[in-house]
Amino acid sequence: MPRLSADQARAYWRRNLNLMAKLLLIWFVVSFGCGILFVEQLNQIQIGGYKLGFWFAQQGSIYVFVLLIFYYSRRMAALDREFGVEEN
Amino acid sequence: MELKTLTYLVVGASFALYIGIAIWSRAGSTRDFYVAGGGVHPIANGMATAADWMSAASFISMAGMIAFMGYGGSVFLMGWTGGFVILALLLAPYLRKYGKFTVPEFIGDRFYSRTARVVAVICLIICSVTYVIGQMKGIGVAFSRFLEVDYGTGLLVGMCIVFFYAVLGGMKGITYTQIAQFCVLIMAYTIPAIFISLQLTANPIPQLGLGSTLTGSDTYLLDKLDLIVQDLGFHEYTTDFRLSGLNMFAYTASLMIGTAGLPHVIIRFFTVPKVRDARSSAGWALLFIAILYTTAPAVAGMARLNLMQTIEPTAGEYLVYEERPQWFRNWEKTGLLEFEDKNGDGRIQYNADPAVNEMVTIDNDIMVLANPEIAQLPNWVIALVAAGGLAAALSTAAGLLLAIASAISHDLLKGMIRPNISERSELRASRLAMAAAIIGAGYLGFNPPGFAAGTVALAFGLAASSIFPALMMGIFSSRVSKEGAVAGMVAGIGVTLCYVFQHMGIMFIPSTAFLGDMSPNWFLGIEPNAFGAVGALVNFAVALLVSRFTAPPPASVRELVEHIRVPAGASAAQDH
Repeated sequence: MPRLSADQARAYWRRNLNLMAKLLLIWFVVSFGCGILFVEQLNQIQIGGYKLGFWFAQQGSIYVFVLLIFYYSRRMAALDREFGVEEN
Repeated sequence: MELKTLTYLVVGASFALYIGIAIWSRAGSTRDFYVAGGGVHPIANGMATAADWMSAASFISMAGMIAFMGYGGSVFLMGWTGGFVILALLLAPYLRKYGKFTVPEFIGDRFYSRTARVVAVICLIICSVTYVIGQMKGIGVAFSRFLEVDYGTGLLVGMCIVFFYAVLGGMKGITYTQIAQFCVLIMAYTIPAIFISLQLTANPIPQLGLGSTLTGSDTYLLDKLDLIVQDLGFHEYTTDFRLSGLNMFAYTASLMIGTAGLPHVIIRFFTVPKVRDARSSAGWALLFIAILYTTAPAVAGMARLNLMQTIEPTAGEYLVYEERPQWFRNWEKTGLLEFEDKNGDGRIQYNADPAVNEMVTIDNDIMVLANPEIAQLPNWVIALVAAGGLAAALSTAAGLLLAIASAISHDLLKGMIRPNISERSELRASRLAMAAAIIGAGYLGFNPPGFAAGTVALAFGLAASSIFPALMMGIFSSRVSKEGAVAGMVAGIGVTLCYVFQHMGIMFIPSTAFLGDMSPNWFLGIEPNAFGAVGALVNFAVALLVSRFTAPPPASVRELVEHIRVPAGASAAQDH
């Protein structure tokens, strides 16, 4: 198994952290943001029988969470291949 | 067939299935016992994690809490799912790469300190035992209804079954049994929800039904619900904040961080073959969990509506007590539902004002179990729900007991006291530890500190304030020293425990609440269940501060941190 140079290892880790930061921002916005902090403003908008803020708090945030994890998993698998650190 | 016979039959059949699987896949080695040999497929692992995760709190208690809290109940929905995002991104892949058996083992190695390991074991035991108490409440409710006995007797029967079941199997047995349990519990949860959604809105998908109009009218279900509860003096369902925005923020954060810090969930990611699988396994787990969690708000809203309309069939005209339905009579036997005719008119008056309200006790935890009866669904559906509730409670209790057992036998006994202990003695010790934990938690479960979901929330707060910060700093910083980590964990869980115990009693025994319940004086209006988020902040702050003033970790630890950040070369969970 070829070892990464210190520079490569740093670059790999930085790319990982960048991706993480973006996804965690979305994670924060859909739950704490739309579901709690801005819930009253969003509740002014109604979709079907759902007030939008209420929908984010009880439905929407959960759907986004699932997508976030699968997206992260796919992107990291690609990153592992790019740096040649995937497992056999 | 009569309901009682049918329930015995369905519950009996599901139990026979679990026990059969447990015997068939009995653990032979410590490796099987703790991490199922490290070879479970990510989807199978995701399903088992989901069953492990969705406990009595999720299945029995959560929708009931939401039904009475309305929008405020969202903290459970977001908190218990959002945590998986943190877990998948920040912890699971790295802990899998590290490849040991237990969480304290990682903390002990990363912080090059036996003290850190012991502190982690103690934190782990405190949160797991609290969690098991919550499960015991759920198990007690389910068995008391199902056997039509009082809560205490139901709890005792439940303890015996958990004991037999968890002590036998170990992780290998638990993993396969939990897959079966997931199937039972998810069917038991969704089938009645589909029936009720069809009845009320003609939409078979509960997630959409909650946002639809009621059958034969133009009124949206949620609007109708808002109207009815407000008429009786309750707060509007869809906007009812839990105390305050800040409290909801802290509550959600506490549950999320706690999810990522609970040892029995983390252990799950040691059982997959690869780092890549640890990432995707968390996604599968959350997908399976989301099926229940997005159905729960529909169950909650519809159950509340049905309950209100049963008790007040037409506006201002309450149900006559003598004409109460069978489910009402059944739940009265458990003592979890009580009526007191305050104004002597023989009718059940339900109101937000405690002075005139005659529904003196409605334990939130009965809602999900009573729901199919309130909606007058066929008997086999009601029997299925009983089986599902028990599956949820049993699978989680078993996973938690395993985490407790491995902490005591592997971390304390083998890691500290007797390193030369044989595999057989280690297995025996862990089974003994499980038995002790069941008895302890069962005893405390006779006087639970709240509804099952509330009690479980406390366990999350404790995990959030102690284990999660230590793990995260261990992975993301190579500068945090052993002194920093130990001080952080002690400060975090210490602050949280003091806050919880002073309001709810030492180990939740009510008479020992030394400062009494002083909700007006809550710190920034944050309730004890939500305080884990503050505890976690204290942990981070103390650990980082102390690390600044103490010697940095040795070079070997910095290498360890570099090593776990890159997937290649991860080996299977191994002996050492």
